[in-house]
Amino acid sequence: MNWLISFPIGLTGVIGLMLAAKAQDPAMYGHGLVFFVAAVAAIFCVISRNLLAKKISAEDGYNDEIVRAGLIASTFWGIVGFSAGLFIALQLAFPDLNFDTSVTNFGRLRPLHTSAVIFAFGGNVLIMTSFHVVQRTCRARLAGNWSPWFVFWGYQLFIVLAASGYVLGVTQSKEYAEPEWYVDIWLTIVWVVYLVVFMATLAKRKEPHIYVANWFYLAFIVTVALLHLVNNAAVPVSFAGTKSYTLFAGVQDALTQWWYGHNAVGFFLTAGFLGIMYYFIPKQAERPIYSYRLSIVHFWSLIFLYIWAGPHHLLYTALPDWAQTLGMTFSVMLWMPSWGGMINGLMTLSGAWDKLRTDPILRIMVLSLAFYGMSTFEGPLMAIKAVNALSHYTDWTVGHVHSGALGWVGMVSFGAIYFLAPRVFGQAQLYSLRLVSLHFWMATFGIVFYAAAMWVSGILQGLMWRAYDQLGFLEYSFAETVEAMHPFYVIRALGGVLFLGGALVMAYNVYRTSRGDVRIEQPYTAVPQPAVA
Amino acid sequence: MTEQPHVDEFTGVQTTGHEWDGIRELDNPLPRWWQWILWATVVWSVGYWFVYPAWPLISSHTKGFIGYSSRGELRDDVAAAKARQAGHLAKLAKASLEQIRTDPELLEFALAGGRSAYNVNCSQCHGSGAQGFAGYPNLNDDEWLWGGRLEDIHQTIMHGVRNEDSEDARVFAMPAFLKDEILDANQVEEVATYVLHLSKQQGDSAASARGKALFLEHCVACHGDRGQGNAEFGAPSLNNDIWLYGGEKAEIVATIANSRGGVMPAWGRILDAVTIKKLAIYVHSLGGGS
Repeated sequence: MNWLISFPIGLTGVIGLMLAAKAQDPAMYGHGLVFFVAAVAAIFCVISRNLLAKKISAEDGYNDEIVRAGLIASTFWGIVGFSAGLFIALQLAFPDLNFDTSVTNFGRLRPLHTSAVIFAFGGNVLIMTSFHVVQRTCRARLAGNWSPWFVFWGYQLFIVLAASGYVLGVTQSKEYAEPEWYVDIWLTIVWVVYLVVFMATLAKRKEPHIYVANWFYLAFIVTVALLHLVNNAAVPVSFAGTKSYTLFAGVQDALTQWWYGHNAVGFFLTAGFLGIMYYFIPKQAERPIYSYRLSIVHFWSLIFLYIWAGPHHLLYTALPDWAQTLGMTFSVMLWMPSWGGMINGLMTLSGAWDKLRTDPILRIMVLSLAFYGMSTFEGPLMAIKAVNALSHYTDWTVGHVHSGALGWVGMVSFGAIYFLAPRVFGQAQLYSLRLVSLHFWMATFGIVFYAAAMWVSGILQGLMWRAYDQLGFLEYSFAETVEAMHPFYVIRALGGVLFLGGALVMAYNVYRTSRGDVRIEQPYTAVPQPAVA
Repeated sequence: MTEQPHVDEFTGVQTTGHEWDGIRELDNPLPRWWQWILWATVVWSVGYWFVYPAWPLISSHTKGFIGYSSRGELRDDVAAAKARQAGHLAKLAKASLEQIRTDPELLEFALAGGRSAYNVNCSQCHGSGAQGFAGYPNLNDDEWLWGGRLEDIHQTIMHGVRNEDSEDARVFAMPAFLKDEILDANQVEEVATYVLHLSKQQGDSAASARGKALFLEHCVACHGDRGQGNAEFGAPSLNNDIWLYGGEKAEIVATIANSRGGVMPAWGRILDAVTIKKLAIYVHSLGGGS
C-alpha cells in the first residue's frame, strides 16, 4: 500500500529534479527544486507516520484533522491575500509604492492578490468545508487515508508555485488562470484526487439521500475541473521552460478565457460557497432549510444558466453580436436562480431572527447573504449592454467584484471558520463572541467604504470617459480621469485596512480558541439589559 | 434513516422527512414572486432574441428584426459625430491662422478642439494646466523659446524640436561648454555667476565681472548682449526669473557645462493639419501668445 503512495511521490521528485537540471529559466530551476523538496518532505511524512504506526481505520470516526489543517490554512492565506489587496490598493492611490522594481510592480502583485484570495483563501475554505460537510451529511468518514492529505498539501504546493511564479514574472496572462502549464498540470492531478475523495465519500454515505450542500460542492468540483482543462490548454515551448502558448487565438481566446473567468466566479465563488451556506446557516440557526423545492430548482437553473453568461465580459468588443446577446440575456435570466440561494438562506432564519441579537456568527452569515443578493442583482444589471457601456473597464466592476468577494465569499467563509474553530480544536466554545462582533463591524464598514468608493469612482470614471462638450470634443483626457480617482482610491484602501483588521481579529480569536482560552466578557443575552437609571 | 412525516413546529410546514446531521428541509413551494420574475426574465430574453442577433447557425446567425449590429451602431455614431463637426472642420482647413483668430465662431471651435487635443497629446509633458515641468516649457507665460507668434507656435508644433522625424524641426542647440572643452570648470562657474547677476539674483562681484567677459565672447551671439535671448535660435532670455532647467547656480552650471537638448515630436507626422491648427490657436490663447 505504501508503495502505491510512495511511487508517485518519488516520481514527482524525480521530475522536479529533471526540471531543475534542464531548466531554461531561473523560475523553472526554482520550481523544479520546490517540487523535489516537496516530494522529499512528503516521503519523509509517509515514513514517519508509518513508524509511529498511526494506522487509521475506517471506524475511527470523522477525519477532523484535515478540517483543522484547512482552517489554519484558510486563515493564513486569507490574511496574506487581504494584505496583498491592501498593498495594491495603496499602490493605485500612491504609485510610488511600486518601488520601480519588477517584483513589486502592480502588474505582478495584482494576480498575487487575486489568486491569494480566490484560490488560496477561497479554495482552502472550500476544501475544508466540503470535507467537513460531506462527512457529516453522509455520516461517513472521508474516503482515503492519504489522499485527502495529498489534496490538502498538493493544493498548498500549487499556491506556492503560482504565487512565486507571478512575482518572478511567470504568467500565461489569462486572468485568474495565470499559472503556467506545469503548475496547471499539477493542479489537475490534485483536483482529480479531490473529486475522487469527494465522490468516494458520497458513495459510502449512510444517508439515503445526498444533501443539497453536496450537490453544490460536486457541481463546483466537476465544473472547475472542466473550466481549468479547457482554458489552460496550451503548448509548452520546451519541457523545462516555464513559457507556453495557448491553443486559442484572438477573439476565440478571449471568449474561452471569459467563459472560464465568469464560471470561476459562478462555480468557484458562487456554487461552492452556496454549499457552505446550505450547511452552516441551518446549523448555526438550528432551523430547517426553507424550501427543498426551491433548492432543486435554483440549483439546476443556476448551473444551467451560469455557464452561458461569460460573454458579458466582452460586450462591445470584437466578439460577434449574437454571442454578446446570448451572454447578456442569460445573465439576466440568471438573476432569480441566483436569488434562490439567498431566499432559501434568509427564509431559513424564520423562527430564528431573534438569534441575530445574541449570535454574531449568525449575523456574519446573514450579512453574507445580503451581499450575495446585492451583487447577484448588480451582476445581471451590469451585463445589460446599455449599462455595461458605462460600467465596463471602470472601477464599478472592481466594486461589484468586491461586494461579492468581501461581502459574500469573505463573510460566509468567516462564519464557517467561527463555526468550525471550537469543533476542530476540540474546545467547548469560541474564545470570544464579542471579538466576532468586532470583526463583523470592522468588515462591514470595510466593505461599505470599499464598495461605495468604487461605485462613485466607477460611475464618475465612466461618465468622464464619455463626456463631450457642446462642440463635440472630448471633455476630459485620460490623465484627468485618473487624477479624479485619487480620493476614492484612498477611501478604498481605508476600507481594505478595516477588512484586513477584522481578519486579524479573527485570526487572534481562532488562535486563542485553539489553546482552549475563554475570554471573560459580558455574555450576549436574549433579553436587552434594562437601562441603568 | 428517518422517513416518517415530520412537521416543523414553528411554521407548521411539513418537512421532506429526511435529516442530515440535524438539518431538515421544509416542503415549502417556490415563492410566487420568484417564479414570476424568473419567467419575466425568460420572456424578455426570448423577445430580445427575436429583435437582435442571437443564435449561431451553421455558417451564419439569426439576424434579428431590426438589423442591428454593434459595428453598424459604431459606424453610425462616428458618422454622426463627424457630420456635426464637418462644417467647422472644412472652414478650419481653408482658413489661415489669423482668419481663425479673428472669426469668433471659428475661434470658439478651434479653442475647444485645441483644448481637447492638448489634453490628450500634450498634457503628459507640458502639464494638464500647461504649467510645464523642469525641461518642459510652461505655455502660460510670455517666455517663448522659439517665438510666441501664431506662426511660430504652429511651426514648433508641426515640426517639433531636435527630432529626427522632420527636416524642419527646430535644431539649434547650445554647445556643451565644459564637455566640449570650450571653457574650463572655473570659467563655467564664472559665467554662471554672471548669469545670476543678469537675472538679478545676485549683485556684482569679481567673479561675475570675469564671467561677463566670457559671456560677451561666447554667449551674446545667441542670448544677446543683455541676455535678452533670441527666438530664432531657441535661445531663452536670461534676464528674467523664468528657468526651464532651474535657476539655482548648480543647475545653471550644469546647463552651461553639458548643454541641454530637450526634444519634442513633430506632431505634423502624428496629427492631421486641422488639429495642428487648433493646437496652435489654443496654445497661443493660453496667455503668452504674441
